[in-house]
Amino acid sequence: MQINVKILRFDPDKDKKQHWETYAVECQPSDRVLDVLNHIKWYIDPTLGFRRSCAHGICGSDAMLINGRNRLACKTLIRNVVTGNAGTITVEPIRGLKVEKDMVVDMEPFFDAYRSIMPYFIADGAPPAAEYLQSEHDAERMAHSSNCILCACCTTSCPIFWVNGSYIGPAAIVQAHRFIFDTRDGATQQRLNLMNQNTGVWRCRTAYNCTEACPRDIPITELIEEVKRAVMYQQA
Amino acid sequence: MVDAKQQAHSNAELNWWIFMRISGLLLIFLVLGHIYMTFVQVSESDATFDAVVGKLSQPAWKFYDWLLLTLSLLHGVNGARYSIEDYIRSRPSKAWVKILFFMVVALIFVMGTIGLLAFNPG
Repeated sequence: MQINVKILRFDPDKDKKQHWETYAVECQPSDRVLDVLNHIKWYIDPTLGFRRSCAHGICGSDAMLINGRNRLACKTLIRNVVTGNAGTITVEPIRGLKVEKDMVVDMEPFFDAYRSIMPYFIADGAPPAAEYLQSEHDAERMAHSSNCILCACCTTSCPIFWVNGSYIGPAAIVQAHRFIFDTRDGATQQRLNLMNQNTGVWRCRTAYNCTEACPRDIPITELIEEVKRAVMYQQA
Repeated sequence: MVDAKQQAHSNAELNWWIFMRISGLLLIFLVLGHIYMTFVQVSESDATFDAVVGKLSQPAWKFYDWLLLTLSLLHGVNGARYSIEDYIRSRPSKAWVKILFFMVVALIFVMGTIGLLAFNPG
């Protein structure tokens, strides 16, 4: 089938602002959007810039706005975004972060928020002789939040993050959730205090954009509510 | 430095979050009750000035209306404060818009309270 791929391009050396360019591509319905972008880059226009690494939906590099929704290009099949022959798909960089070139955005503010929640295990007292043990039931509490691949689909779909960069964003809260609800971790109080700041969970207005955008099907808004309640019970 | 900042947090946003949930729930019943008692319980022809005067002579009605006024103003003001803090980025204009907005609402609250308590047509 033949489709048109409409891409929001930006070259910082030449362009003052972003502009659309359309490429006609021959592809299969079973191809992924990433295959189509690779085809454009390798055979039509090598100046096209986008991030990708594993191409199997686990590294979280190729989050982009495809047909108006944040998705991973490597997890999105053409047949799910184009209907019929000569259909058009639109590809834009994720929103709320500074565009450096084409689909490549400055991820530093995103990772700053990630680092601020202390995304590492903090031991409580001396380590045990063997492994840190955890029951299956306790592991279930953090089963969803530990699925996060830090692709930024959620944070860059959040309307509060778009207008107010000081909000820590859903991805960082999901990461905090992963450690707050980890029974082995010893820094729960510290992380809950971070979440209780005015840049933390209270800025979430439950728009549910994050939950819809997540390529890992993490129920993000629910997890944020769990963190809100944990903060409430901690302060009570 | 980070520890000091973490310890110096306030629970203001947490308390407002709890308030929004409780007041929202109360307002649903207060507003529906008010609609029922004003428009369903009495027929339209009975909804006269005298009927309202009669109602507002009872302290319970005054308290009901004042609770409605207070909760809806606080709930609405806090919701609007969320939007102002989200969407107005510059610090000075954020402060001015908030001050102006809070002053208008405080004026409405004072006028409403005075009107309700001092209501005495006789």
